[in-house]
Amino acid sequence: MTDDIHEEKLKELELKAEKGRELLIKTLLEAGSGHSAGPLDMMDVFITFYFHILNHDPKNPDWPDRDRLVLSNGHICPVRYVVMAMAGYFPIEELKTLRKLNSRLQGHPHRTALPGLETTSGPLGEGLSQGIGIALAAQLDKKHYYTYVITGDGELNEGNIWEAVMFAGKIKLNNLVMIVDRNNIQIDGFTEDVMPLEPLREKFEAFNWHVLEVDAHNIEAIVDVINEAKSIYEKPTVVIAHATPGKGVTFMEKDFHWHGKPPNKDEAKEALHELRTLRGKIVSEHQA
Amino acid sequence: MLNPKLKLNPKLFDKDGEQAPTRAGYGTGLLYLGENNPNVVALSADLAESTHAHLFAEKFPDRFFEVGIGEQNMAAISAGLAVTGKIPFMSSYATFSPGKNWETLRTTAIYNKANVKIAGHHAGIMTGPDGATHQATEDIAITRCWPGIEIYVPCDAIEAKKATIASAGTSNPVYLRYTRDKTPVMTTEFTPFEVGKMQDFWITDKPEATIFATGYMLHYALVAAKELEEEGFPTLVVNVATIKPLDEEGIMRFTGHTKAVVTVEDHQVAGGMGSAIAEFLAKTNPLPMEFIGLQDTFAESGPWQEIIEKYNMGTKAIKSAVKKVIARKKK
Repeated sequence: MTDDIHEEKLKELELKAEKGRELLIKTLLEAGSGHSAGPLDMMDVFITFYFHILNHDPKNPDWPDRDRLVLSNGHICPVRYVVMAMAGYFPIEELKTLRKLNSRLQGHPHRTALPGLETTSGPLGEGLSQGIGIALAAQLDKKHYYTYVITGDGELNEGNIWEAVMFAGKIKLNNLVMIVDRNNIQIDGFTEDVMPLEPLREKFEAFNWHVLEVDAHNIEAIVDVINEAKSIYEKPTVVIAHATPGKGVTFMEKDFHWHGKPPNKDEAKEALHELRTLRGKIVSEHQA
Repeated sequence: MLNPKLKLNPKLFDKDGEQAPTRAGYGTGLLYLGENNPNVVALSADLAESTHAHLFAEKFPDRFFEVGIGEQNMAAISAGLAVTGKIPFMSSYATFSPGKNWETLRTTAIYNKANVKIAGHHAGIMTGPDGATHQATEDIAITRCWPGIEIYVPCDAIEAKKATIASAGTSNPVYLRYTRDKTPVMTTEFTPFEVGKMQDFWITDKPEATIFATGYMLHYALVAAKELEEEGFPTLVVNVATIKPLDEEGIMRFTGHTKAVVTVEDHQVAGGMGSAIAEFLAKTNPLPMEFIGLQDTFAESGPWQEIIEKYNMGTKAIKSAVKKVIARKKK
């Protein structure tokens, strides 16, 4: 159902992304542990997918013809949970149970715990292969849904990723789109210090993939790039989504220390204040 | 004597009796499934021919995926296929799968409750000359601890075909263990096979010990039982073709009168079939036990029959273990 996006819808999605960031900060504060930077920087991508790109039905999460969104870097699952709740998969109130006993919202996503998750993930490097399996099953069943796989960038250190990239290139898999959260950080520091990935575009191209790049915070551009990715049918496509880690909360942005921890009460207050002010800014920009 | 109810191969003790590798049963079983279930798909990590998956690949090229030498990729692709309604059989050597890709399987297939069938080939010390790098002797231990998995270890090629076919009958993930070389065919097409049921292959009026054996080692146990009977030590020999779910009722029934146990497997004794039986007996009915298998050591290169003898896993070792448990029982 990916269509070009009109101005009003665009504004609506941008507002949703800000609302999502607020919910995310509250959810992380309540959980008391978890990751901040990645979920914040993928908010615009998840909002765009759940509210514009994906062909899905929150009331019928097992619908066989739905598009599949596979989250490989499972640690950023709070962003998925928040956006799924906003989309109607489960009550917003349930976000408070994240990482707590008897919750469907496991610290890393578990497929059989919550309808609408396509895979179980957390240990890195495994989502692209799972997405390939889902895409192959679609081809065998002659189904037309798309499989989208979101991976981290630090995750590309894993050998399993390149096994999968090699295989998808070999079979010219064209009903799968990979999106790399290129936020340049991982737990031990900046990706180019820990284990350099560049030249990343050339690496994928060498494995016979089509490579696109996008600003992960420009919703209109995200819509366009996915449309373009779906028009490529002679090879698999990867979208390198350049993201600012911690996007939307200034003191978290571009600081790898925020990769793997939640805000405390004071930090959450500061973050929420900023997000609410920012929301006003976006509205006024569109009015101008 | 051999249990007549099981319609076993009457020539199984003959020197020139029929022999076949259990992996051949995987190949024909998988082919049968391909013909009868359109959802069955197969994957290989560059070992299609030696795992006999090539029979399926040749007949059903559209349902066969060659992933190259990448066992983690094979595991997670299988999981993706399985959550989308397919029944993937993934073939490799057991050292690599479920060895090298253990965590990938744990997360994407087992915890994820994906209907994946892991075919671990060239298991045990039977890869002989290749040396310990290729001898999977820990695979039962590392899969048995997974919640929700089933584990089948067929004793011969005929049972291997039945086990392969049966594995598609459950939506649980299954680990199937196969071996490389030709070994005696002990069962026939008419021998009943049921997942989760132990079978008493060797029976006697007043057995004094129970020998539980799994895989091709069952033949060593049967030879030992035959010789022990002539020496005045009557035993029961039980085929443990399913290690998980464990046939607890069978263990109780087959040890109720003997009250002494020897387990026999081509695997480390730590965590294997013997451990599973010991865990159950320890909490229900502790009995004198001996464990035949690798005793916390890696094996080495050599003809596998000679490795069996050097590492005290053969007929002689089984007989001596039986005499030991009977003596301990009488103390």
